[in-house]
Amino acid sequence: MSIVGTRVVRQEDRNLITAGGTYVDDLRPEALSGAAHAVFVRSPIAHARIGGIDVSAAKEAPGVLGVFTAADLGLAPHPAGPLPEPWLADGLVRYVGEPVALVVTEERYQLADAAELVDVDYEPLQAVVTVDAALAGETLLFPEHGSNVVQVHGAAEFDDAIFDGCEVVVTQTVLNQRVAPAPLEVRGAACAWGEDGRLTAWLSTQNAQMARGQLAASLGVGEESVRVIAPDVGGGFGAKIGADPEATVLGWAAKQLGRAVRWVESRSENLTAMTHGRAQQNTVTIGGKRDGTVLAYRLDVIQDAGAYPRLLMLPTLTELMAVGVYRFPRVETRSRAVVTTTTPIGAYRGAGRPEATAAVERAMDRFAAEIGLDPAEVRRVNFIRPEQFPYQSPTGASYDTGEYAAALDKVLDTAGYAELRAEQQRRREAGDPVELGLGIAAYVEITGGDGAGESGRVDIHPDGSVVAWTGSSPHGQGLGTSLAMLLADRLGVPLDKITVRHGDTDEVPNAVGTFGSRSLQLGGSAIRQAADEVIAQARELAAELLEAAPDDLELDAGRGVWQVRGAPASTVLSWAEVAGRAAGGKLSADVWFGDGKPTFPFGAHLAVVEVDTETGKVELRRIVAVDDAGPIVNPLTFRGQRHGGLGQGAAQALLEVVTYDEDGNPTTATLADYSFVTAAELPDFELVDMVTPTDRNLLGVKGIGEAATIGSTPAVHNAVIDALSARGVKHLDMPTTPIRVWAALEEAGKGSAQ
Amino acid sequence: MKVSIEVNGRTVTDEVPDRTLLVHFLRETAGLTATNIGCDTTSCGACTVLLDGESVKSCTVLAAQADGHAVTTVEGLSGADGDLHPVQRAFREQHGLQCGFCTPGMIMASVSLLADNPRPTRDDVRAGLEGNLCRCTGYHNIVSAVIDASGQEVDR
Amino acid sequence: MIPAEFRYERASTVDEALALLATHGDEAKVLAGGHSLLPLMKLRLAAPEYLVDIGPLGELRYVRLDGGDVVVGALSRYSDLARDPVLREHAPLLAHVSGEVGDRQVRHRGTIGGSLVHADAAADLPAAVLASDAVLVARGPAGERRIPAAEFFLGPFTTPLAADELLTEVRFPAQTGLGWGFEKFTRRAIDWAMVGVAAVGGRVGLVNMGGVPLRATATEEALAAGRSIEDAAALAAEGTNPPDEPHATAEYRRHLARVLTRRALTQAASRT
Repeated sequence: MSIVGTRVVRQEDRNLITAGGTYVDDLRPEALSGAAHAVFVRSPIAHARIGGIDVSAAKEAPGVLGVFTAADLGLAPHPAGPLPEPWLADGLVRYVGEPVALVVTEERYQLADAAELVDVDYEPLQAVVTVDAALAGETLLFPEHGSNVVQVHGAAEFDDAIFDGCEVVVTQTVLNQRVAPAPLEVRGAACAWGEDGRLTAWLSTQNAQMARGQLAASLGVGEESVRVIAPDVGGGFGAKIGADPEATVLGWAAKQLGRAVRWVESRSENLTAMTHGRAQQNTVTIGGKRDGTVLAYRLDVIQDAGAYPRLLMLPTLTELMAVGVYRFPRVETRSRAVVTTTTPIGAYRGAGRPEATAAVERAMDRFAAEIGLDPAEVRRVNFIRPEQFPYQSPTGASYDTGEYAAALDKVLDTAGYAELRAEQQRRREAGDPVELGLGIAAYVEITGGDGAGESGRVDIHPDGSVVAWTGSSPHGQGLGTSLAMLLADRLGVPLDKITVRHGDTDEVPNAVGTFGSRSLQLGGSAIRQAADEVIAQARELAAELLEAAPDDLELDAGRGVWQVRGAPASTVLSWAEVAGRAAGGKLSADVWFGDGKPTFPFGAHLAVVEVDTETGKVELRRIVAVDDAGPIVNPLTFRGQRHGGLGQGAAQALLEVVTYDEDGNPTTATLADYSFVTAAELPDFELVDMVTPTDRNLLGVKGIGEAATIGSTPAVHNAVIDALSARGVKHLDMPTTPIRVWAALEEAGKGSAQ
Repeated sequence: MKVSIEVNGRTVTDEVPDRTLLVHFLRETAGLTATNIGCDTTSCGACTVLLDGESVKSCTVLAAQADGHAVTTVEGLSGADGDLHPVQRAFREQHGLQCGFCTPGMIMASVSLLADNPRPTRDDVRAGLEGNLCRCTGYHNIVSAVIDASGQEVDR
Repeated sequence: MIPAEFRYERASTVDEALALLATHGDEAKVLAGGHSLLPLMKLRLAAPEYLVDIGPLGELRYVRLDGGDVVVGALSRYSDLARDPVLREHAPLLAHVSGEVGDRQVRHRGTIGGSLVHADAAADLPAAVLASDAVLVARGPAGERRIPAAEFFLGPFTTPLAADELLTEVRFPAQTGLGWGFEKFTRRAIDWAMVGVAAVGGRVGLVNMGGVPLRATATEEALAAGRSIEDAAALAAEGTNPPDEPHATAEYRRHLARVLTRRALTQAASRT
């Protein structure tokens, strides 16, 4: 039996549970012995002109090696054009948390003492906190750009004629609130220049090779002069893609000082200066017939990009996935991105796709409520049908495979949907102050959508061991074990003889890395392709050794031996024997898998909540999920990815939000204030399996890293509103905190009397 | 000041600044870097260790307060022969960790929880680990790991 | 994040602690479990010159019966109190509330004395102590004095203790036979109470309904006058001035106080 598809505990775990991982702050290589420590002085004001910076007192503080400001750096701003983001604030600050100066000291404990002495004269300007204020344009963040709108995409003008013939049209603005990625390991970097003039940068990153390019370009050196190493990385969730500006400043300071320098931010810095996610205000309009058929759908996206537009593909990705799992005949979308005096927005688990799903799934529920049909039934009427695949969506996506109705039916059957609806009705009739709410979300997303391919290399040594290098950059997903399983399956080599390496640009020069749920479908296909090339090499060698024609040889993947087809067992050759005869002393294949097309994982979730209508408190009781990402390599880690996604997605619906006051001061800058979900707020997850392969890569797999996040947020959100529906509540923005639920009930005028 | 702490059975003594936090004493002075720092506000639990057998957040204890006391970190859990502690074994078996950053603290909090409540329910575990944040697992498999470590059947 | 520099001094007896406090005056802070003070110091919201660590004073870590009172040493930790058999029998509200503070790690370090002296209106213990009609015992250079809980919480983070005084003991009239209830409303289990209500024997303490821990006087009077729980609870927010924050407005807190008081009193009634 193949190991692929069986439950395999992770190879990664042993060190993590006995000695802890080796994250940036744990690194003790020779090159970092005696490394200095660094901290960034950050703006405490959302929008201000910098009148002056006095670093003299800080420079005199104990242990200070250097205090640097924009005036010292002399690095060209990035990107070129009218919206540059300075490495350190240069004359203006545009968000609380923006780096203004770098302080380097001998000892870690000297950092905060010295940083307090950097005296910055801020002349406050008007903060621009909301997208409405940004659109109004009374205060511009980049006056030379002439507008706070930094990108417009999609329909130039909306055409109301698309709703002609609709019996019912509903419009709803759906806020997809700003949230913090908050990986448990904050950002960190360590930089050391060697005597050879080469920079080694250890970086908590999802993409060492991309970071190498960024550092080389920003520091003005060739890529060959930079080595980036991603050690163990304590979670990324999209917010550790590539290198953040701080890494460039650190690399510059290390060179300036002739000292290795290490920087590990605090959580308060992390919650204000690492990119945030989501932050869209979406207005949906949906129209159709009273039988449940949707005829037209409009999505109008306003993306809050934060102070510096770092990832403007987010709103266009939302447009691309606007219609979700539905065959809407008439569709129009538009997006605008605006800058505000808040933390820049970047990728966060799903990055543009959750926003699309949240919008369309709210729209479907609003439409269903308006025509008085069950939300499950309205979805069934409008699903893209299995025979329509590959499906060309009206927004330009080419869906590969899907069984959308089957996914929903599996979830509803497992959950006992009819009985839950009956229970909801019973409670209502009994006047129970604790309402039951059922929320459905059906979703499709796009993974590996970047089309850039991935690298993979496989070496087989004369001792029979296998070493593989992947361009993917796992940081918790367990991909190393999955790739080892693929190799074990393909080569017939036991797992304990297989090592998977990644994350060092000297070992893996060309790679893309991990984001967008791309790693198994692209990195895994690359490893498969490399394995197949090694097999082809071995076939030739084995043929020579066994004096047979290559075509007559076969690899017995059960035993990991080469043999002549149909010949007795006496003529077998082990991998070690074949590798021992290879030119160069080993079998080796180094490939680039470039043929991978985007895939479209899909699923359906049902959330069950209880809402205490006296207090407004929501308790998530159940979540039942189908997440179909094609064939499963390791069910253990596959389910782990779904669990994590469910937890984060539910957290957005229930609890998490980054907030600012009217002056742009963050009010969720610590983990005491930011409602990071805990074990006590989540239920056990009920996972239902379903497997629909794709034909767009060698493995037939789709990405699973983000999928469950995408479905769970609208499922939980819809459940809360469903619970309140009989009391007149039609919509309520996320997170569905107690005060919001209570206020919505008060507004609807039907809150139970205290 | 001079601080002397028995860490995983070995006495570690050094002259450290009065303001030294226990977590930094463990990481820098004792050289045990498994214990991580995830926040500034005693919220995340990544730095959880046992102080005289009870779980504490070592970011909110001064090294001076632990002077003369005994600390256990995750490095001190497994046997000299490398045998995993039942909680370590269960975290691996149940896939109770992904990126691993919360894991040392989560394991130590679980050891403490099981010492007080050897046969917890899943809800007991959820409540008992409320002071430990994990961003990767959605907690499901962490709960399963603690149930497994307690010798009870994991049925999901 | 690390605290600003300070001098650490460790007391091995109460007298030694009092002598250190007398020497350093306002420049010193008492360090007990450190779970109120150290977080503030790490964020540099507090920066005392001296810390006087009384943690080792085992003489202040006890629960015992003294006549009709349950007396609790100020250095008793939440985890001690939550499982103490004497407390669970004679002052069950206190034992229960102690088990609801923070998380397990915090309860292993935080002390009842530390919480009361910190006098945070958002903390659970002060309201429970108020509802319990406890008496706080302090020692200073002039000797010992007893302060009723009702006179202990003077303002936000303000108590009548002088810089050279130490809270040593809390005395609870035994609650044997009295019904009690506790309701703590939070977004997440680990959050501070948005509003909390501690009720025992017709007395009601409110968490986070003003700058100081409060008694719900109007509710108590209504109960004493024989009115129903429903009617009395409706008065729970009378005379309060709760914090007004986006995630919990004053109006919402008043509403919660009424709902939670009704629930806490109903629990109490079910336990008599």
